[in-house]
Amino acid sequence: MKSFARMLYPYLVWIAIMILAPMLLIVLYAFTKQGNSVLTLQFTLDNFARFFSDSIFPNVLWRSLKIALITTVICVLLGYPAAYFIAKLDGNRKSVMVLLITLPMWINMLVRTYAWRGILLNFPVSSEFKVFVGMVYNFIPFMILQIYTSLTKMDQSLLTAAEDLGANKVQTFLRVTLPLSMPGVISGITLVFLPAVSSFFIPKLLGGGDYVLVGNLIENYFISTGDWNFGSAISLIMAVIIMISMFITKKVDYENKGETRA
Amino acid sequence: MKKLIQFKNIVKEFDGQIVLKGVNLDIYENEFVTLLGPSGCGKTTLLRILGGFLEPTEGKIIFDGQDISQVPPYKREINTVFQKYALFPHMNVYENIAFGLKIKKQSKDVIEQKVMRMLSLVGLEGFEKRNVTLLSGGQQQRVAIARALVNEPEVLLLDEPLGALDLKLRKEMQHELKKIQKEVGITFIFVTHDQEEALTMSDKIVVMKDGEIQQIGTPEEIYNEPENEYVARFIGESNIIDGVMKEDYRVMFDDKIYDCVDFGFKKNENVDIVIRPEDIDIVPRGQGILNGEVKSLLFKGVHYEIMVQTVSGTAKTVKMHVLANHDKVNPEANEKISANDFTMDLEDVAEMTDADVIARANAQAWDEEDEFISLSTVEYDIKPSPAPIRRPSAPPKALRSRLKSASSSRSMSRTTSIISALPLLTSIKHRMKSKRASR
Repeated sequence: MKSFARMLYPYLVWIAIMILAPMLLIVLYAFTKQGNSVLTLQFTLDNFARFFSDSIFPNVLWRSLKIALITTVICVLLGYPAAYFIAKLDGNRKSVMVLLITLPMWINMLVRTYAWRGILLNFPVSSEFKVFVGMVYNFIPFMILQIYTSLTKMDQSLLTAAEDLGANKVQTFLRVTLPLSMPGVISGITLVFLPAVSSFFIPKLLGGGDYVLVGNLIENYFISTGDWNFGSAISLIMAVIIMISMFITKKVDYENKGETRA
Repeated sequence: MKKLIQFKNIVKEFDGQIVLKGVNLDIYENEFVTLLGPSGCGKTTLLRILGGFLEPTEGKIIFDGQDISQVPPYKREINTVFQKYALFPHMNVYENIAFGLKIKKQSKDVIEQKVMRMLSLVGLEGFEKRNVTLLSGGQQQRVAIARALVNEPEVLLLDEPLGALDLKLRKEMQHELKKIQKEVGITFIFVTHDQEEALTMSDKIVVMKDGEIQQIGTPEEIYNEPENEYVARFIGESNIIDGVMKEDYRVMFDDKIYDCVDFGFKKNENVDIVIRPEDIDIVPRGQGILNGEVKSLLFKGVHYEIMVQTVSGTAKTVKMHVLANHDKVNPEANEKISANDFTMDLEDVAEMTDADVIARANAQAWDEEDEFISLSTVEYDIKPSPAPIRRPSAPPKALRSRLKSASSSRSMSRTTSIISALPLLTSIKHRMKSKRASR
C-alpha cells in the first residue's frame, strides 16, 4: 500500500495547483480592496457589506436559489417516473433508453441551449419559463441516471418478499422501492441543484438580458466590470450557501438511514 | 388430516423449455413436506408457483378447496422464507417482522404483541432495534422466519433457507425449524437439494428429477424402499447391482439367491438390487455368504468403499508383446524392444481402440535405464470375453476378505462390484431391495 500511496503525489500537486490555489485566490480577492498588488494587501469586509446593503444582490441570490429548487423538484417529479419506467424494461430496451438519455450529453450544453433559444424564440411565454425549460432539459438526465442506477441496484427479491407479505403493487412501491431508492434521489438532487444554482449561460441565453441570476452577476463582475473583488465575494457567499444546503441534504439522508440503525 | 393443497397436473414452460412435466401432489395440513432434488429439477419452480410468483402453463392449484391459480401472491395465505432471506435493509428487525401486519393495518398494540411473540419463538428477544444488515446469517434467517410466520399463514414455504449457513448452524437450524413447525402447527413446505436435511426434518419427502416426481413418501420409505435407481442413488449411499428376480421375496445375483422385501415381479425379471452400506457385514473367511478378494479400499468417513472381486479369474495380468519405437532414448530406432509386461483391465479391452492401448502401454513402458519410452505400435493377444464383463481391477493386493456367502466361481457373468460397507458392525441384515431395472 505504501508504494501506491506515493503514486498519489502528482495528483496532490495537481489538485493543489488547479483547485486549491484558485479557491484561495478567490478568498483572498473577496477579502481585499480593489487595485491591490501583492505587496500592498489591504484587507476589508466592504465587499460583503456592499452585497447585503443593497437589496438587489440578496434578491438575485434568492431568485437563483428559488429557480434551482424548483428545477430540482421538477427534475425529481419527472425523472423518477422515467427512471422507474426504464428500470422495469427488459435488458435490450433498457440499454437503448439509457443511451437515449445520455445521447444529448454528447453534444455541448451550450449548443443545446442555443437550440432551445431558437425553439422558444417565438413562443409567448415568460423568460422565467424559458429558463426553467432550459434548466430542466439540461439537468434532468443526471437525475434520471442516478435514480435509475439505484433502482436497478435494488435486490429484486425484496419486491417479491413484500408481495409475499401481503403488499400490493402500490404498497410495495411506497414501503420498499421508494425508501430504497432515496440515496439515488438524494445524489440526483445534488447533481441537479448545484449546477442549477450557479448556472449563468442558461438564464443568459434563454431569459434574455432581463433575467439575472447569481451566476450572471458573478460573470458580470468578473468579465464586464472587472471588479474581481466583489465578484469573488459573491462567489464565496454562494459557495457557503451551497455548502450549507449540501450539509442539510446529507443530514436528511443520513437520518433516514440512521432511524433503523439507532 | 385434510388435504390443504392439491397440485393438479402442473406444467411449467420457460421459453419452450418444460421445467415441470405435469406434477400432481397433495399436501396435508400440519405436514412438514420437503421437495428434494438436484438443482434444475423444478422444485423451486413448483414452490414459486404455489407462492404465486409464477403462473403455471397448465394445471391448477387447489388451496383449501379453492382454485387459487389466478390469485395474486399478496392475497394468498402463504408466506415464504426466501433463499437469501430478502430482509428489507432499510428497516430494523422489528420493522421487518411487523411489515406484513402493518400492511394489514393491524393496531399498534396487536402488532407489538405479535412481533414480540415471534421474536421469542425464534430466540431473538432484545434484537428488535438491530440493523438487519449487521446480523449474522443465522440471525437473519430467524428474522426471515419470524417475518413470515407473524402473518399466521396456513403454509410456510422455505426455499433452500439453510443453504447459506455453515454446517454447524445448519444442523442447529434443522432442529429449530422442526421445533417451530411443531409449535405453530402449520404446513411447512421446504425445498432443498440436501438429502440429509430432507431425511432429518420431513414428515413427507417428494423426490423430484427433471420436472417429474420420482417418489413421495416418509423419510423411512424413501430411504428403505426407493422407487427406482435414481432415488436410491440420490438418497444416501447405496450399492446398486444387477440381479434377477427369481420369485416373490427372492432375488438372485452372483448365482446366489437372497431374501428381499419385494414382490410382484415377473419370474426372472431383471432388476436393480439396492444394498445400503450398513446392511453389509464383512466377516472372517468362510463365514460369509459371498466370497471375494478385496481389490481396493477407500475410507469415506462414515463408511468404507471396498472393491471386492467376488468371482475370481475375471481380472488378470496380461502379458503383451510391445513393438517399440525407442524414439526418446535409443538412437537405433528399429531395435525391437521388449517392454515390461503390463496390466490392463479385461473389461476395458473390449472398449479400447489401438490408440488407447498404446497410450496405456506408454504409461507403463520404460527401458533398462528406467527411462520412460514412448511406443508407436503395440501388439497384444488378448481378446475381450464374449460374455459381458464388469469392472475387474488391476493390481491385486493380497488382502482377502469375504462377504457372507459362499460363492460359486464357475461363471463369468458376475464379477466385482463396488461395495460400500460398514465393516464388522452389525449382524446379518438381509435387507435387500430390488426394483425393476430402469433400462
